[in-house]
Amino acid sequence: MAASLSPPHPTSHPTARPRGSLAQRVLAARWCYLFMLPSLLLAAAFTFWPILASWYFSLLDFSGFSSARPFVGLDNYRELIRDPFFWRAFGHSFLFTAVTVPVRLSLALLVAIILNDKALRLSSLFRTVFFLPVVSTTAIVGILMTFLFSPFNGPVNKTLLSLHLVAQPIDFLGSPAHALWTVMAVQVWKNFGFSMIYWLAALQSIPGELYEAAKVDGANPWQQFRGITVPLLKPFAAVILLITVVSTLRVFDLVQTMTGGGPFFASEVVETYIYRNAFSVQGGIPREGYASAVGVFFGVAVMGIALLQGWAVRRANAIRQDLKAGGAP
Amino acid sequence: MTAHTPTLTRRPATRTRGRILLRGGRLRATITSIALAPICFFWVYPFLWVVSAAVKTNAQIFKGPGLIPPELHLENFSRAWTQAHIGVYFLNTAIIATTATAIVVVTTGMMGYVLGRYDFPGKKLIVALFIATVFLPEGYTIIPIFDLITRLHLNNNLLGVILAESGGAHVVYILLFAGFFAQLPRELEEAAIMDGAGFLRIFARIMLPLAKPVIATTVILQFERSWNSFFLPLVLTLSRPNLRTLGVGMFAFQGEYFNDIAGMAAAATVALVPIIAVFLLLQRYFVEGIAGAVKQ
Repeated sequence: MAASLSPPHPTSHPTARPRGSLAQRVLAARWCYLFMLPSLLLAAAFTFWPILASWYFSLLDFSGFSSARPFVGLDNYRELIRDPFFWRAFGHSFLFTAVTVPVRLSLALLVAIILNDKALRLSSLFRTVFFLPVVSTTAIVGILMTFLFSPFNGPVNKTLLSLHLVAQPIDFLGSPAHALWTVMAVQVWKNFGFSMIYWLAALQSIPGELYEAAKVDGANPWQQFRGITVPLLKPFAAVILLITVVSTLRVFDLVQTMTGGGPFFASEVVETYIYRNAFSVQGGIPREGYASAVGVFFGVAVMGIALLQGWAVRRANAIRQDLKAGGAP
Repeated sequence: MTAHTPTLTRRPATRTRGRILLRGGRLRATITSIALAPICFFWVYPFLWVVSAAVKTNAQIFKGPGLIPPELHLENFSRAWTQAHIGVYFLNTAIIATTATAIVVVTTGMMGYVLGRYDFPGKKLIVALFIATVFLPEGYTIIPIFDLITRLHLNNNLLGVILAESGGAHVVYILLFAGFFAQLPRELEEAAIMDGAGFLRIFARIMLPLAKPVIATTVILQFERSWNSFFLPLVLTLSRPNLRTLGVGMFAFQGEYFNDIAGMAAAATVALVPIIAVFLLLQRYFVEGIAGAVKQ
């Protein structure tokens, strides 16, 4: 990503690149710094400072009510490691990701391949329909879903009952066994369009001539998929997978509005756990220090996964290149 | 990265062989369309349901999953607008979304311009710092943001939410702008310098007008993001119900007005219609902006 940023003409305005000292170069580029200042100030206040402050807050016994914030060292982290509710939320976040990401990406790829058909005249209409949930407000969709999935005359249960698929209404969001899975299903529906657009963008980078040539050679659709689509999609797939995994680990709006993490914490994910501890403790004191420790722990875990995934992709590509280079006659 | 991501439309089949293959595909396309139609209906059913519920009475909603209302009950809207304060929340959301979008477009446009077009000490470090924030979970930063906004006493008005919304690192937009400006020919500047134009004039008169497509993409993506934002306004308006946005307001009423599903549906319709309308009108920019994120 960074490499693509270098301009084609790496010169500094108004003359060619100054060869003077650092101070001279900084002075020559003063307009550049001035232009970045607004972005840098905002990012400093609301992105970089919070990253650093979280580490510091996580070492304090910091509640929303009292101004005293005694330093407690790693106590918050010690508590975190032993808190079964945290590990449950942590596990749910990863289960959520492990289930929804493969389902969403594979279904979206299937639909993208179908919609990429040149003969399909209604393709753009279908694309719009599949993308519609993406632009709608997640929190409001979550609230709507509590009505749609309601066991009391909700349309989903009404339909299931009238089709005799179930004998009694299913309590989709009120029962610990179903709540998390229902949110997962809605999340796949809600974000499906993102993945579909990503795949479509990737598919359209493949020259159509390749498929035509394969058809002439008598390759069936499955062979075309295996031989052309899969290898050419691989570099895109790595990026798409990374974006999807990280964004799914951060799920909050939908869980908070559909179940609030309940019932009995059965659908609690890390982000709702942080919210509950820092801002919405029922009948207790908000614990911002502890919640900060959770945030730091989880943030580091997510960053670690992103880096690991990036590293694994690069490694796999390097190995493939080596094999190709070694195997070529 | 190219700023002009190819449009996601089908390429015209120019070759004769392509046309023949296309004709063979027509039957397949028709079958596919027929198969996809019911899936699409279920896909948008929640939206159809909410609009339909918004003009029914509560008793009619409970009757069944049908969508056609027997008659129109528009009083749901007036009830939601006044009693549930949806009017206030609508205004708050609109103010936050437009202001935050304006701030984000200006700041990321300026930053993207210098990153895409100039070389200066510290550039690599700044780019690396910004890119490192892409994978940050929101829960990581929310507590210090809440703390900062409270200490600055910005929690008494919408400015706190607006600034916090504008203050993400917004890497995608910055990269979109940088990529766009980087590929403009150098002759543009050289001619302007000959005419005696300075840094600011080159940016405002020559570069910025050319960047309209990227500006449009950024405006639309950020407007959608701010309009739909939930975690940040939820936390920042905890003690100020009059500053709530639509999403936060409806969440707060979820328990309170639970039996008035018609009223809630009307409120949800009011909240969803503008953003969906913006999408339908400008979807080309939406789709290209999102596709651009992968191509980077």
